[in-house]
Amino acid sequence: MIDKIAPSVEAALADVSDGSTILVGGFGGAGVPEELIDALIAQGARDLTIVNNNAGNGEVGVAALLKAGRVRKIVCSYPRTADSYVFDALYRAGKIELDLVPQGTLSERMRAAGAGIGAFYTPTGYGTDLAKGKETRMIDGGGHVLEYPIRGDVALVKAERGDRWGNLVYRKSARNFGPTMASAAKCTIAQVYETVELGALDPECIVTPGIFVTRVVKVPRKKQAAQVRERAA
Amino acid sequence: MSYVKLTRDEIAARIARDIPEGAYVNLGIGMPTLVGNHLPKDREIILHSENGILGMGPAPALGLEDMDLINAGKEPVTLLTGGAYFHHTDSFAMMRGGHLDIAVLGAFQVSVSGDLANWHTGGDAIPAVGGAMDLAVGAKSVWVMMEHLAKSGESKTVERCTYPLTGIAVVKRIYTDLAVLDVTPRGLVASRLVPGLAFDELQRLSGVPLSPSAARAAA
Repeated sequence: MIDKIAPSVEAALADVSDGSTILVGGFGGAGVPEELIDALIAQGARDLTIVNNNAGNGEVGVAALLKAGRVRKIVCSYPRTADSYVFDALYRAGKIELDLVPQGTLSERMRAAGAGIGAFYTPTGYGTDLAKGKETRMIDGGGHVLEYPIRGDVALVKAERGDRWGNLVYRKSARNFGPTMASAAKCTIAQVYETVELGALDPECIVTPGIFVTRVVKVPRKKQAAQVRERAA
Repeated sequence: MSYVKLTRDEIAARIARDIPEGAYVNLGIGMPTLVGNHLPKDREIILHSENGILGMGPAPALGLEDMDLINAGKEPVTLLTGGAYFHHTDSFAMMRGGHLDIAVLGAFQVSVSGDLANWHTGGDAIPAVGGAMDLAVGAKSVWVMMEHLAKSGESKTVERCTYPLTGIAVVKRIYTDLAVLDVTPRGLVASRLVPGLAFDELQRLSGVPLSPSAARAAA
């Protein structure tokens, strides 16, 4: 019997090694697997490369991981936000490496990893500082930049519901990077608010099929009001 | 003659009136977000948000925020009836793949040939690009919404951008607080100058050669 349901976030993350590349879902505060990140901090892996759209907000989620000194390098599109002060301080002190990638290229590089694509040409960034040193080619009269896949050792994603085969559905714009990251890592761990029986998820509506998912772990649902207060704080 | 600059809301209203029925539109973070408040009620215009939303609606009433439903600026929004959610890779396929009709973006500088600089002021600022470069190359029309002059008083329309580029020859039209500038093979063509602003005065402020639109020249 296949059973991908892990008994706890601790068990789900037990084998994460130092030096891993970890894909972390989320855009702003939506879809951030906060409970998995907290468990990763407790687990103790260090010298990590984190791939996320942002570089953390306040002192929760990715920012908490940065603050704990576990991250060597961050690959992201938008590190600068009103409350990204943890990243800002580390960056200015030269204590973290930043690899800035246009958002669509970030997403497509992970898609390429998951889909077995060796590299691809994109028009995004052609002629800009973010394409410096990269191979380029003219295709149909337009400049394109060669981009390589980003593979994760581990992906941490947040979904709404999952079953023991690892099938996932998401909620609203919290889906964001989850499905792509799930496909792009050797080990994908999904936190969900509900685990359901096989067959309870409509097969027509499953967003991430279980083949992309290694473990599913249930976490308690946060009250929205508490979340709103946290964002406002 | 004296003239009054348009407010940000007035520029946003001007842009909103120019968006046709049925258009798929992405509004960049910052000033362009205001355009959403001025869309004509009698047109169906579908707003796209890079984080996986088509049919994005206005901000929810106080107390009805859902932090799983946010826009590119990370503020709570709503979904219109008929709207859809999708993942990031699909969202950027819409952007890069030429499926969006219009992207409205802010800018630090735009060159006479439509080069756009809007992601980084250089120096020791922490760089952040987000989806700006994808929108710049991907949308069928890129419109810029900006103040005509920088805070320093310098023109934001330039011969060559001195800030780092977002995209090359991508901007089709520029809406400022003084006029509308179309990027054409003959350079920037000015129209819809605010009342009381003479073309010569706009030209003096702009730092790059402008030509009056044919309609205006004939008038």
